[in-house]
Amino acid sequence: MNLSRTSKILLRAALVAGLAVIYVPLAVVLLNSFNSDRTFAWPPAGFTLHWWSAAWDSSGLRDALWTSIRAGLGATAIALVLGTMAAFAVQRYRFFGREAVSLVIVLPIALPGIVTGIALSNTFHTVLGVPLGLLTVIVGHATFCVVTVYNNVLARLRRMGLNLEEASADLGADTFTTFRLVTFPMMRSALLAGGLLAFALSFDEIIVTTFTAGAGVRTLPIWIFENLFRPNQAPVVNVVAAALILVSVIPIYIAQRLSGGDPHTH
Amino acid sequence: MTTITTTAAPGGMRRRAASFLHRHAGVRLSLLLSAPLAWLGLAYLGALAALFVTAFWSADVFTGDVVKVFTWANFTDLVTGEVYRTITLRSLGVAAAVTLIDLVVAFPMAFAMAKLASPRAQRWLVIAVLTPLWASYLVKAYAWRVMLSADGLLGWGYGLTATVVTLSYLWLPYMILPIYAGLERLPNSLLDAAADLGARPWRTFRTVVWPLTFPAVVAGSIFTFSLSLGDYITVKIVGGKTQLIGNVVYDNIGAANNLPFAAAVATVPVVIMLIYLAAVRRTGALENL
Repeated sequence: MNLSRTSKILLRAALVAGLAVIYVPLAVVLLNSFNSDRTFAWPPAGFTLHWWSAAWDSSGLRDALWTSIRAGLGATAIALVLGTMAAFAVQRYRFFGREAVSLVIVLPIALPGIVTGIALSNTFHTVLGVPLGLLTVIVGHATFCVVTVYNNVLARLRRMGLNLEEASADLGADTFTTFRLVTFPMMRSALLAGGLLAFALSFDEIIVTTFTAGAGVRTLPIWIFENLFRPNQAPVVNVVAAALILVSVIPIYIAQRLSGGDPHTH
Repeated sequence: MTTITTTAAPGGMRRRAASFLHRHAGVRLSLLLSAPLAWLGLAYLGALAALFVTAFWSADVFTGDVVKVFTWANFTDLVTGEVYRTITLRSLGVAAAVTLIDLVVAFPMAFAMAKLASPRAQRWLVIAVLTPLWASYLVKAYAWRVMLSADGLLGWGYGLTATVVTLSYLWLPYMILPIYAGLERLPNSLLDAAADLGARPWRTFRTVVWPLTFPAVVAGSIFTFSLSLGDYITVKIVGGKTQLIGNVVYDNIGAANNLPFAAAVATVPVVIMLIYLAAVRRTGALENL
């Protein structure tokens, strides 16, 4: 292309500046977790590990973390089952209302979280009369997590084609054997990627959680939000934030390993 | 096939089931669809429908109990109330501003990634843009709260501007990635052809690059627009006293204890998003999501 040297330099500068804007706030959080001044005045006053040990000792924080993990695992398990079933139906069959199925799967994530949140809490509360608790949180999270598994499995099925499964049937394997020995092993990494996304989505969610969690259930995001406006807790919240930034490298690493040479399958 | 079904060996049940499923595609499909449709089609859509019905009921002023009598009152309040009109317009303004800012920031970044970087660098740049998506939403909003606070790194204080800046930051990757994918699909030969025919860069951009990447831009805007429209958490963290649609819904559920009115307000972002989706459907953006 006939871009001048100047415009190339400007475009590259825009890219570098944009990436800097993306990473500076995260770096500030990391730095502040070692800031000895509890109001986080800039520049940091001194170095301390005190907040990290305070966070480690906080039992409320530990409970919230455990609740989040349980909610995430529950929602991911349901999303894996429902998302895989729906993906098989949509990819392998032609039927009336096929488009509508895709739409209804995307809908919970396309609509504002607050709409999904109050619709579900209203149903639990007034229609079904179910008390709000961890179970209702899992149901709420699973609802919007299905789409991540669905998308990953759908893309994998599209790429897989039917040849190997047909070959397996020709060689005498029945429906279940073919699924166990041929289809499932080929889908495994797609399931892992979809499940990872579903867990991350659930782990980070606050809006639907706010409306579906009862008084006693506190996930990590809810704990953070509750403590965000308490000046005394600010340093501990900051440590949690810093830790979450560091931990987020793990799923990225796994996702990259899974997608191999193709960075677009996310 | 039939010879297999008649063999009554151990595990014959399983075999019979397998061959039955093999022969009946309709049964297979119904089994596959049953659970997902019961969950999302019946339960979730049912919940949305119930919420919509609730919007036409009212709440008892003293007890907060839902009175199940049909009324348009919530919607008339919503349309005639000066406050709600202002808040709706403000929310629309915020969503539009965030979308525009993200577009202006994301396009040059995506262009440099797709057309100037080497394939190896491209891979790393995509990771660099994706990475912050894994960091917690709350943590990122919080990071801006710290930077914007009076003695923070930026020290701009909280309010509407802070909300727009923070939301733009949060949703930026959602704009970069579709545009990058769109630009990557755009063959370089088209750009070379335009140049060979004498088009200057700006003209190439206007007549070749922009029309061909427009669906990708719209796909990105669906995310930035919809996510901004429903947000109330970021507003609470950096918005000071600013109110958006989401806050009105939240306050009517909690403090005001008026579920029917909250349900009526919640239909506003849904209707806006449906109009938006219908408007952009013809650009082919939905296939770019």
